[in-house]
Amino acid sequence: MKIAVCIKRVPDMDVRFKIAPDAKGVDESGLKFDISDFDGYAVEAALQMKEKLGVGEVVTIALGPDSVQEILRKAMSMGVDRSVQLKADAVPADSYAIATALAAELQGGGYDLIMFGRMSIDTAHGATGAMVAELLGLPCVTACSRLEIADGKGTARRELEGAYETLTFPLPAVVTIDEGIARPRYPSLKGIMAAKKKPLDTKPAQLGATAFTLDTMALPPERAAGRIIGEGVAAVPELVRLLKEEAKVL
Amino acid sequence: MQILGMSAPLLDPRDVVFQLFDVLDTDALTARPRFAEGSREMYEAVLATARTIAEEQLAPHRQRNDEHEPTVVNGQVVLIPEVGVAVQAMAEAGFIGASLDAEAGGMQLPYSVVAAALGWFDAANVATTSYALLTSAAAHLIATFGTAAQRERFLPAMLTGHFAGTMALTEPDAGSSLADVRTTATPLPDGSGYALRGTKIWISGGDQEITENIIHLVLARIDGAPAGVKGISLFAVAKRTIDADGRSGELNGIALGGLIHKMGWRGTTSTLLNFGERTECRGELIGAPHRGLTYMFQMMNEARIGVGRAATAMACAAFQYALEYARTRHQGRPVSEKDPARPPVAIIEHPDVRRMLLEQKAIAEGAFALILECARLVDDERTAPTDTERATARALLEVLTPIAKSFPAIVGQEAISLAMQTLGGYGFAREYPIEQHYRDNRLNQLHEGTNGIQALDLLGRKVRQDDGAGLRALLERMRATVTAAQAQDDDTLRALASACTVGIERLERTTATWARASATADPALALANASAYLDLTSRVVVGWLWLRQAMAASRALATASPSHAEFLHGKRQAAAYWMRWELPKTEHLASLVADLDAIPFAMRDAWF
Ligand SMILES: Cc1cc2nc3c(=O)[nH]c(=O)nc-3n(C[C@H](O)[C@H](O)[C@H](O)COP(=O)(O)OP(=O)(O)OC[C@H]3O[C@@H](n4cnc5c(N)ncnc54)[C@H](O)[C@@H]3O)c2cc1C
Repeated sequence: MKIAVCIKRVPDMDVRFKIAPDAKGVDESGLKFDISDFDGYAVEAALQMKEKLGVGEVVTIALGPDSVQEILRKAMSMGVDRSVQLKADAVPADSYAIATALAAELQGGGYDLIMFGRMSIDTAHGATGAMVAELLGLPCVTACSRLEIADGKGTARRELEGAYETLTFPLPAVVTIDEGIARPRYPSLKGIMAAKKKPLDTKPAQLGATAFTLDTMALPPERAAGRIIGEGVAAVPELVRLLKEEAKVL
Repeated sequence: MQILGMSAPLLDPRDVVFQLFDVLDTDALTARPRFAEGSREMYEAVLATARTIAEEQLAPHRQRNDEHEPTVVNGQVVLIPEVGVAVQAMAEAGFIGASLDAEAGGMQLPYSVVAAALGWFDAANVATTSYALLTSAAAHLIATFGTAAQRERFLPAMLTGHFAGTMALTEPDAGSSLADVRTTATPLPDGSGYALRGTKIWISGGDQEITENIIHLVLARIDGAPAGVKGISLFAVAKRTIDADGRSGELNGIALGGLIHKMGWRGTTSTLLNFGERTECRGELIGAPHRGLTYMFQMMNEARIGVGRAATAMACAAFQYALEYARTRHQGRPVSEKDPARPPVAIIEHPDVRRMLLEQKAIAEGAFALILECARLVDDERTAPTDTERATARALLEVLTPIAKSFPAIVGQEAISLAMQTLGGYGFAREYPIEQHYRDNRLNQLHEGTNGIQALDLLGRKVRQDDGAGLRALLERMRATVTAAQAQDDDTLRALASACTVGIERLERTTATWARASATADPALALANASAYLDLTSRVVVGWLWLRQAMAASRALATASPSHAEFLHGKRQAAAYWMRWELPKTEHLASLVADLDAIPFAMRDAWF
């Protein structure tokens, strides 16, 4: 069983962040970067699958400048066997450009399963995985919350509104991973030391054509501060008045 | 009720990297055989793992662990479940044996890297972290002084978090004065070990159900041992018996006498333990008889640096929170603004708020520099290339340890108080984290030797030890930094260096004057102002470390990105603050020490 997991380096968006002066992205200074959440679940799911089968190889691939090596090393310290960096000066905004480069690397790699996160948590297009499947002519199951591989076939569960569905698909295949599948393990100190000796290949990314450009990124206007108009029942009449007269929602 | 959208980091990650790599050149350690496997990248990954565990496993239950302090239900200690999960996560990641030899099952990382990593845990949740770190300390003792069979039996289970460890030194009548330990150890007739009897108090982590077993390292006297410090031995005493396959079985005669209810650090149980009270309690000797205190003292430097690290981390966490708050809380208008219709400004715009924040920064990051310097000396003491360098590191460590133990705890308390002040009334509210840091940190002036004991250790022992070799080495090292700063083509650095020199000379002069005067004085009077001396020395040392940070910042400025340059300018400003606001306080302290001022000394019990 040979599994590839394509992972993206993203900033931690929980903190207060600024838009970069060119208005095309976030200002990276002082931000903490990590493997995108859904991609982290995919790495964990891949590792668990390999551990269950007892054999196989898990490879992580990331596209971008040398800063992506950090997340590839992290994945290897979690247990991934080797990594590939597809080197590019920047990560293009258009998923198609990225998917083309990934497909070129994955093609002929002999992978039984190619995994992605459901979407990246920074730009959230959620398109790369499906595009790679299309480019490689493979079946694609998106947003899997459970995954099992047996007898050359995959079984996936997908969460729907108030229900779930189970799908079966042939291998090789592309899957994208939803949360809930597996909580990523922490890299152990032992794993961190072992990762140093694992191979990390760097190759130029063969980016595809870009169909659109990113014009601007901006923050929503700041919300005005809340107002406390009183406490308990006594405040209700005033609240109703304000909802009617100021907010005009009643 | 946290302020919406407020998410302050626990430590400033830029500072961790700056201090470890720009100031201390930690990468250079990888040239030493012990650390040959390492690299900067690996060390940064270790820090990243520590940070993630701190943020995800520790910080979220810091407050709950305080509100739901341990209780005893049907004779068993109950902790909130998050504690066990977090301790297991720290253990599984390898942090319990992080600096221990690979041969003993450890990760053999530099102690300085480990100290920085543990800073994340302390900043996040010091009470839960304690269970892991006590285990680590006990494991180190067993690894260093235990037999091969003992290492085999205890270490694997401790390093993986299956067994916890404790340090059981203190007794109701033996606190600061461990020479008075009374717990006894009677050799068993069959020669299989010792029967222990006695009462220990304040034992942190002394009971809990999160691990399968607890290994207490107990100080006790073997029957017939000489009185005083030369008659105390070290024993490993398991909560439950351990069979030949390493499985834990029956209880081993340690009765939980009760839990102590504390001001802070509440999530860690503080226990009264009765050994061999009703049923037999068996223990095994670690190392040679009567050497127990010596072994403990060999581990003391690291334990004491650990206390300073916890204090520092809490001061850093409080500062980061106050900083974020000051940037988001809008209140009042600038002095020059006369128009009340103008919107209020963020409080960081007020000069007095910036003054408070700068003092917090100068204390927290200055203390962090002190802790990392000491941690580096621990590495140097073991692994520096030459005998001379190792000996110098040891001498420096002896002098700096009482400072590292106490100064961050003392001034850290002031910094946390200023963080509270920065939040105004909200700082006093339990809905905000500052008041808990304030309560938690207060312990650091008490355990592992009180402030008073540290001061006596510095002036009464360390300064005189080896004919003053430690202090001489310190003065020399500080002067070397000053000389290097004076040689820079940078007026700011030169001014900082001059200020630093005033402090260094004052320390040297005061020590010499004190030594002359105390030679003929009542020995009790000679040491009566040891606390003032500790304060004086600490302020000079931290001044030196700020000069060194300023120099590293100046070097880094040449190639820094605009945003990183802002951080580096902040370093130079904080150094200037220390030299102008904190260092001059030494003038007054010096006069008290040099004059052997006798006002408190001469005060009589009856006059109170
Ligand atoms: C929360 C907590 C956790 C602890 N955890 C542990 C633990 O895990 N294991 C353990 O063994 N112990 C532990 N301790 C015990 C701790 O180390 C002792 O409390 C400490 O050593 C002080 O002893 P004492 O409390 O008996 O104070 P005392 O020794 O009674 O001191 C009282 C005061 O007198 C001063 N004093 C005492 N002797 C002198 C002297 N010779 N000269 C000048 N001043 C003096 C002290 O500085 C202090 O101000 C813990 C304590 C606390 C509070």
